[in-house]
Amino acid sequence: MTEVPAQAGAGTRPQPPAARGRATAGAGRLAALLVSPTLLVLTIVVLYPTLMALKESLYGPKGLDPATGFISDTEPFVGLLNYADIFGEAGARFWNAFWNTTFFTVVTVGLETVIGVAMALIMHKAFRGRALVRAGILVPWAVPTAISGLLWRWIFNSDGVANALLGQQILWTTEGFHAKVAVIVAEVWKTAPFIGLLVLAGLQVIPKEVYEAARMDGARPVRRFWHITLPLVKPALLVAVLFRCMDALRMFDLPYILVGAQKHSVETLSMLAQNEASNVRFGPASAYAVILFLYVFLIALAFVRLLGTDLVGAEAVANAGCSSAVGR
Amino acid sequence: MTTSTARWRNGLVYAGVVAVVAYCLAPFYWMLVSSLRSTGDIFSTSLIPSPVSFANYRAVFDPTQGFGRALLNSLVVAGITTVLALLLATFTAYAMARLEFRFKRLILTLIIATSMFPVVSIVVPLLKLFTDIGWINTYQAMIVPSMSFALPLAVWNLTTFFRQMPDELEHAAMVDGCTRGQAFRKVIVPLAAPGIFTTAIITFIAAWNEFLIALSMTNKPGMQTATVAISKFTGATTYETPFGSQMAAGVLVTVPLVVMVLLFQRRIVAGLTAGAAK
Amino acid sequence: MTTRTTTRATALAATGLLLAACGSSGSGSGQAGAPSFEGRGPITYVAGKDTTGTVQPMLDRWNKAHPKEKVTFIQLPTDADAQRQQMIQNAETKSDAYTVLSLDVVWTSEFAAHQWIDKLPEKRFPMSKMLKPVVETSRYRGGLYAVPSSSDGGMLYYRTDLLKKAGVAQPPTTWGEMTGACAKVKRLPEAKGMSCYAGQFQKYEGLTVNFAEAVHSAGGRVTDANGRPDVDTPEAKKGLDFLVDSFEDRTIPKEAITYQEEDGRQAFQSGKLLFLRNWPYMYSLAEKSGVKGKFGVAPLPGLNGPGSSSLGGHNMAVSSSARNKATALDFIEFMTSEENTATFLRDASLAPPYAALYDDKALIEQYPYLPVLKESVLRAVPRPRVVPYGDVTSAVQQETYAALTGEKSSAQALRDLQKALRKAVAR
Repeated sequence: MTEVPAQAGAGTRPQPPAARGRATAGAGRLAALLVSPTLLVLTIVVLYPTLMALKESLYGPKGLDPATGFISDTEPFVGLLNYADIFGEAGARFWNAFWNTTFFTVVTVGLETVIGVAMALIMHKAFRGRALVRAGILVPWAVPTAISGLLWRWIFNSDGVANALLGQQILWTTEGFHAKVAVIVAEVWKTAPFIGLLVLAGLQVIPKEVYEAARMDGARPVRRFWHITLPLVKPALLVAVLFRCMDALRMFDLPYILVGAQKHSVETLSMLAQNEASNVRFGPASAYAVILFLYVFLIALAFVRLLGTDLVGAEAVANAGCSSAVGR
Repeated sequence: MTTSTARWRNGLVYAGVVAVVAYCLAPFYWMLVSSLRSTGDIFSTSLIPSPVSFANYRAVFDPTQGFGRALLNSLVVAGITTVLALLLATFTAYAMARLEFRFKRLILTLIIATSMFPVVSIVVPLLKLFTDIGWINTYQAMIVPSMSFALPLAVWNLTTFFRQMPDELEHAAMVDGCTRGQAFRKVIVPLAAPGIFTTAIITFIAAWNEFLIALSMTNKPGMQTATVAISKFTGATTYETPFGSQMAAGVLVTVPLVVMVLLFQRRIVAGLTAGAAK
Repeated sequence: MTTRTTTRATALAATGLLLAACGSSGSGSGQAGAPSFEGRGPITYVAGKDTTGTVQPMLDRWNKAHPKEKVTFIQLPTDADAQRQQMIQNAETKSDAYTVLSLDVVWTSEFAAHQWIDKLPEKRFPMSKMLKPVVETSRYRGGLYAVPSSSDGGMLYYRTDLLKKAGVAQPPTTWGEMTGACAKVKRLPEAKGMSCYAGQFQKYEGLTVNFAEAVHSAGGRVTDANGRPDVDTPEAKKGLDFLVDSFEDRTIPKEAITYQEEDGRQAFQSGKLLFLRNWPYMYSLAEKSGVKGKFGVAPLPGLNGPGSSSLGGHNMAVSSSARNKATALDFIEFMTSEENTATFLRDASLAPPYAALYDDKALIEQYPYLPVLKESVLRAVPRPRVVPYGDVTSAVQQETYAALTGEKSSAQALRDLQKALRKAVAR
């Protein structure tokens, strides 16, 4: 009975008495009006350059004319050759980077989710100085990535404080699993607060009554968390995780600064693309960017499916009338 | 519940708080300590710098670095980006959360898809475009591209927060004679205030830390942002890493943010809540 | 956003994909003909952030004398990769924002081949008064594309106090003498826990520098006179083996695999190293540290006699898409004059390209290492002067690192390197 605007699109349903007739009839137009500025801005700043990159990925590097010693002015059209090379000739390096990227994403986002949710739950308890603590956990997220990469490189130096604390002589920036560990520690430190803050905000907008009701029912804390808190913050948490995944999949600065270029243990897809471009091979670089884009896009699509009813709700409502309103 | 278990639980919460704060601030403390060491002991691993030296901070604020001006530029760029992104995103998120229309899922997917293409791959076409229209060395040349990551972040987050608001409240307000816009402003926005504020902080920080666009779109020292200024910090020679002054700069770009959040969070949240229809 | 490190990351990121999008748009601008240096008026000078505060006063002098042809200083990030990225970005968008570019010596071939910079009229500049290896770095296919403004060479820093105590009178000139001296010093109680030697062995440009030095110092070469790779040779193997064996028998401490310039300096200053290969910048810093008065410098040692250094430094070039190129030429002439490079040496300790300045008494008083540096630069061999320098240096770092960490034998690493270099150069 509450999902008034839901009918707007169809416009044929009988309208509940509470609705403003005017607004309901115009919901489609209103939506278009409200959404178009965002789409317009994004078209200008993203779509156009993206299409350029797509086109670029079909061109090869400029050739050197052996007679004059000059690089030619134009790039040859090579079709899908850049893509074929990535999976063929450069295959081993590509798959290594692919697995590194995936591994970093799964591990860091997993750890960040656990730590971030724990942070949010702790901070959601009312206590004196909560504002101060909340500002404090912003710190890691607020430090610019490059500066944090530098800080951690210093910490993981052979004579650094990490080795001093561990009483070990680990050469963190050399090849091996320890290099991955260094990157993961630094990345999780920096971005767990991102998830923490968004989940905290999600907790704060849960109406108190819901908790009260649960408490009345005598639900134990753990149960309350799994059956009430978590489902309610799920949309906020999933959005936070989605954005984290997308960022982690494009990870570049941190392994680059902390461990260094061309270290197989930490080389990510973005680093490969960067490497091509810095050697003035823009076609192959764009091809890497497009592949990375597709990979990220697939993950995002999965999230949209997962979040569908929580976030979009449209399709469900269209079929089931008011049912989606139930439970909120 | 007995008082002793309550106290016990309280203690647990505080232990948790201490753990969280320690986790977040220990590396930052190291940054602070490093920034306070003199150049000679920069390699030291003692927990307290001795002697404490402010030389790195003096170096950061050396007039030739233009760091004060750079901080101001960052504030302008990140501030305007945040306000614009939040404004546009509020409209869009409202439509996503409250209106039913076709292609909604597609539009949401599109919005997030745009934030997926690496910023690095959109800078050059934009650079060409902005050169043509004379935008180089302007604030808008940094603000508009920053929308590419700020806007999707804001739209998605606001949509989830708005959707968490029970529809009944809004409808009740509409029954009371509010228009749809008023109902939204007076009921939904105040209730979603923590979410809006958090979205603002996160957007602001993302814009504040942006480097690539700011570096490419400016070549005048007076227009550079803080992250660009830091990239130009130097030691006395090329090989010498100005680690101390970089850490000092890191502290200086982080602390104002945190202080600002502290000062503003109450006011902003209060401001957003003030409109609440009682 | 490090200097070296901080910025590198971001800047690289920047260029990386950045340029991607504008790729195929270069409509032939047909600059292959001889460039004409016409037009006078305001120009810009583009260089990495000035670390010493000496550039702007010099520009002020120029601007005072040329009020209608003022030069504006555009400072790029401190990191070299970031500078290169910004310059390429400027060239690819055919922007006239940059006029005179300060290029790292290893970029000349790439910038010249892409025609991002103009071929310069050779007779305008006193090239004959400059050190020969330095001039080499400013040429591409025989043509002059840039003018050296500063140079740099590696030197061997050593602990005079300990050598003396161990009865070693002279700094070593060969690797054998060096390890021999180490063995003697190690018997001293003061030398407890010390390591013998280090250079820069982290996987970055410094590794290429150290590898090239080892190979050249053993009589080998990385590329031949025509830029063709030539590393799969017994001489090159002897050079690489010196590094590999030194890591194996701990002549070089194992943590040196993570060393860049500053890490080695730190180890030397805190008394952990007897010998260190580093640039001249370290001299005045070490003078302020715990080893003050206890160290000296010598030319790099080699296999059978003095070794040869790799060259550092910067060259000035004219961006091909710039305006007011006549002014640009005058300005380069001004900045690279013997008089003004002497000023840069005095105030900013930048090694000059002019031979005569290394023998100047007053300057030697100020910088006691000058005679050693001159010897080092004169015997120096430039790093490979090839168009795809980025690919070449990547391959060198890749294979050298594999050999140093024991992942490959040195013979295998050199065979693979030869193959990789051939491919890179053929591209």
